[in-house]
Amino acid sequence: MRIDLNGAPVDTAAATLADLIAERDLPEHSVATALDGQFIPRTARAQARLAPGARVEILSPMQGG
Amino acid sequence: MFYGVDLTSRLMLGTAQYPSPHVLQQAIAASGAEVITVSLRREGADGAAFREILAASGARVLPNTAGCHSAVEAVTTAQMARELFGTNWIKLEVIGHADTLQPDPFALVEAARSLCADGFQVFPYTTEDLIVGEYLLEAGCEVLMPWGAPIGTGHGLRNPEGLRAMRAHFPDVPLVIDAGIGAPSQAAQAMEMGFDAVLLNTAVARAGDPVAMARAFGAAVQAGREAHDAGLLPPRDMAHASTPILGLAELA
Repeated sequence: MRIDLNGAPVDTAAATLADLIAERDLPEHSVATALDGQFIPRTARAQARLAPGARVEILSPMQGG
Repeated sequence: MFYGVDLTSRLMLGTAQYPSPHVLQQAIAASGAEVITVSLRREGADGAAFREILAASGARVLPNTAGCHSAVEAVTTAQMARELFGTNWIKLEVIGHADTLQPDPFALVEAARSLCADGFQVFPYTTEDLIVGEYLLEAGCEVLMPWGAPIGTGHGLRNPEGLRAMRAHFPDVPLVIDAGIGAPSQAAQAMEMGFDAVLLNTAVARAGDPVAMARAFGAAVQAGREAHDAGLLPPRDMAHASTPILGLAELA
């Protein structure tokens, strides 16, 4: 299944947002997630199902002004 | 007092654009700032180093919604920031135009209302417009952050009369000058005018020596605040001798 992760097309076998984070070996506690423009809290990632073409944002703390 | 938090330092410092993570860390320490602004982005090369600095700085973190151009985007970003940084504080920026980086006051009020209702403690980046300020307070904001000048310009307080009017109009609301400050003298001016704090980034990060500039800003903010508390001399049009006339010798 092809999804859009942080603006780039990505092929994944993950069924949920939690699976995607595990698949990509991301630190689950130091990222925040959104699916199709909606915030998905950490506790809801395992229930957040990915569909083909899903737009996923996985964000980290960064410098800011 | 910002949402019940009393700060010793009245300088808030941005963390972007420093030449290196090490310089950023030193600049935070030299400035004395107890609040630093941060953002959320897609993971870059230096993400891990930045997280270490955040943990080591001991400063309170104020996440921003920089780059958001709509209320919906800003609200989602704020929700993500709250989870990631573990704070209800949010520096709410809703940008109206990519060139001027001027806030969109309509979307700002809309986002502020939604976030305040959701338990956020909102620091809205706004203009000196008094009515927008009133709407933001009515939405639930307990702090206002008027710009000094457009972000990154270094022009200082571009509309000092308007800002003075804002200070007078909202005597009991914490007001933070956010954006546009280029020199310590401008930060001191804001503090002398009675603003509660100054938030800046570029003027320190892009200085020839950011650590020394951070120290200079810390000192200027403190000097300006002390001057305000001490009671400044009102300007007057006519000269007034400071040395007493009484006892002057007659030599001519």
